[in-house]
Amino acid sequence: MKKLLTGNEAIARGAWEAGVRFASAYPGTPSTEILENIATYKEDILAEWAPNEKVALESAIGASYVGARALASMKHVGLNVAADPLFTVSYTGINGGLVIITADDVGMHSSQNEQDNRNYARAAKIPMFEPSDSQEAKDMIKEAFEISEEYGTPVLFRVTTRVCHSKGIVECGDRKNVEIREYVKDVKKRVPVPAHTPAMRDRVEERLNKLEEFSNSTPWNYIELHDTRIGVVASGCSYRFAKEVFGDSASYLKLGFTNPLPKRLMKEFASKVDKIYVIEEDDPIIENELKALGIQCFGKDVFPYQGEMTPDVIRKAVYGQAKETIEYDTNKVVSRPPTYCAGCPHRGLMYELGKRKNTIISGDIGCYALGFAEPYNAMDWSTCMGASISMAHGAQKVLNTKEDNNIRVVSIIGDSTFFHTGINSLLNVAYNKSNTINVILDNRITAMTGHQENPGTGYTLQGEKTVFVDIEALVKACGIKNVRAINPNNLKEVKEALDWAYSLDEASVIITKWPCVLKKLSEEDKEEFKDAFKTKCSVDSEKCVGCKMCTKTGCPAISFDKIEKKAKIDPNSCVGCEVCLQVCPVKAIGKVEA
Amino acid sequence: MVKSILLVGVGGQGTILASKLLTAGLMEAGYDVKMSEIHGMSQRGGSVSTHVRYGEKVESPVIELGGADILVSFEMMEALRWLRYLRKDGKVVVNNFKINSMPILCGLADYPTGILEELSEKTTTIVVDAAQEAVKIGNAKVMNVILLGTIVKLMGLEGINWDKIIRDNVKPKFIDVNLKAIKVGMDLV
Ligand SMILES: Cc1ncc(C[n+]2csc(CCOP(=O)(O)OP(=O)(O)O)c2C)c(N)n1
Ligand code: SF4
Ligand code: SF4
Repeated sequence: MKKLLTGNEAIARGAWEAGVRFASAYPGTPSTEILENIATYKEDILAEWAPNEKVALESAIGASYVGARALASMKHVGLNVAADPLFTVSYTGINGGLVIITADDVGMHSSQNEQDNRNYARAAKIPMFEPSDSQEAKDMIKEAFEISEEYGTPVLFRVTTRVCHSKGIVECGDRKNVEIREYVKDVKKRVPVPAHTPAMRDRVEERLNKLEEFSNSTPWNYIELHDTRIGVVASGCSYRFAKEVFGDSASYLKLGFTNPLPKRLMKEFASKVDKIYVIEEDDPIIENELKALGIQCFGKDVFPYQGEMTPDVIRKAVYGQAKETIEYDTNKVVSRPPTYCAGCPHRGLMYELGKRKNTIISGDIGCYALGFAEPYNAMDWSTCMGASISMAHGAQKVLNTKEDNNIRVVSIIGDSTFFHTGINSLLNVAYNKSNTINVILDNRITAMTGHQENPGTGYTLQGEKTVFVDIEALVKACGIKNVRAINPNNLKEVKEALDWAYSLDEASVIITKWPCVLKKLSEEDKEEFKDAFKTKCSVDSEKCVGCKMCTKTGCPAISFDKIEKKAKIDPNSCVGCEVCLQVCPVKAIGKVEA
Repeated sequence: MVKSILLVGVGGQGTILASKLLTAGLMEAGYDVKMSEIHGMSQRGGSVSTHVRYGEKVESPVIELGGADILVSFEMMEALRWLRYLRKDGKVVVNNFKINSMPILCGLADYPTGILEELSEKTTTIVVDAAQEAVKIGNAKVMNVILLGTIVKLMGLEGINWDKIIRDNVKPKFIDVNLKAIKVGMDLV
């Protein structure tokens, strides 16, 4: 049966066909849809959102130890969080097949960096697969489970944004029935204490040697001979891009299994072609390996170190120019940055916080991070998930040592990010006696990545009801005495809460509670937020004085008519949050029933 | 020969459904098809693009600069933003429909003028009023399928059974209006 699938859908399908029984992940673009699709196989696979990637991988390791085929999936930076278990599960090995999917965001379409997670495979001494399209993604994931069990190793599976989010035609198969393997206690293999680790280390090295033999002989690594004047070495989507440019006018060494690299095959290819181009995204890993073998090749000296190796990029690098394009005045085009939705519950807080003087705002990752931009300018920095609270702590501690310090550091963090790695940062704030102001923007969902459930929403990935984490109680249990929960759409409440927090010389937490407009409200939400999104607002143009104050709320439903000099609200997008209504100095904005 | 269609617009305009129908139709017709969509920020009103490529055997899922046979823009200014992806002698279908971006809404910039003139000057440009046509047939949201109709006509894909594709992929409630929409689109160009 043929289906048109994205890479992520194909991976989910392949995992199901491979007999996977347990899958865990934390969402992150471009990987999120892998677990969302796996979750639909409710009868056969237990699929879960973990609070973070480390927990996801550890859960999968446990599932593997007791004999099930298991996987964990994450975006590239998620593997940094999961790196600790990754390096040691390489030593302990597995029981049921274990595959870890890393989705690298080459080109940084929606990520904070462009790290190349092929480096993790080498550093942790774990085999790696790299599919180039949806069909390969489905087929290779099945092979990855076979290899995992055959060699007793976890396997890394590297995809990139382009593979995850491109569709191709995939020939689908049936599910293989793989029984749960027997669990036999074996502390020598699974308890990495000094008495056991040297032998584990030896096993890792032996395994790598065997895997190199596999790498040389597997059909996933192959030579494709056409014109031999140019030879292209490529893995992942770069191979597809290269074929688009060179077609049959070059020969290829296509690498699908990329750690360890197939040295013998690489030498054989080099002996057959005149000039070698290594086309790889991110780091020069294959290139360096070729050079270490004494093989001359062109790589990052010709191709850019950053971004995708799309056909135009390859053409420009090799031939000096891409295809001819239509030129025009690009200055004419106004930028279209992403913005908070009309009625976004982050708006009220950002609007008020952005106005505060003598304040440093320590940001985090999520929709609320869009507050760094106009018209709020409500963020000074951000690094990685969970870092807002800890960075604020370090900054405030140092500022406090200055005699004349009048700067307060405020951290802003979303609910999902707080559960991810913010909790430990808050423990630190209480333990080390900070006086930071910490705002948890609880919009009742993991919004940025497309609205996934989390420990605060009361539902699991596969739709079961579960416990709700009470953020207020959790914060208090961490040792924070000053805690307030507020409605962020009520600007007076926001302002008062901030005034209160600034007046304290102790750490405080403000929790803003209102659901994201794009969230599909649960029964409990409908109960708790009774009038959410039921009204609309409109501008009385008689009263409007054209002061543009309402446009400073950054709501995309509000526009300003320059000719009439009046503000307007688009009734199709307004959801009646009333933030603009509170900002209007002449009370020209009123409520209308939807 | 591999053909390349670039659909662009603003998050929420329905480019995703239009490309889903398009690729389903092309697959049904026996082509190899690849489609690529980067949609990280699309929900929050950012600029979005969908690359569709089809032929006997497709390698790259991405359309390169200067590589699209046709550029279909669901929003006026977006046509200009993505114009460099069009082949030198390619065609632009542009929806006569403006969505102000945040810098424009905040008064930091003006919506550019003269876009349609600029486009027509540079290449074959077909301006359609998909929004108005959608309202005429009773549902403003089917603007996307009207634009799909223009693609079907301009790429000579009328032979594909679009009625079946729509029936298979659209919620029952909206089948009839979408069947009308695709025909309207085909008649517009
Ligand atoms: C380690 C890591 N994992 C995942 C992501 C992807 N990611 C970015 S924002 C985000 C969710 C933010 O959710 P929340 O904190 O609730 O804020 P919201 O978007 O709802 O405002 C995720 C999962 C990431 N950037 N880094
Ligand atoms: S998706 Fe939700 S949280 Fe994100 S900008 Fe829109 S309303 Fe705000
Ligand atoms: S009430 Fe005002 S701020 Fe809220 S969604 Fe409507 S127009 Fe936007």
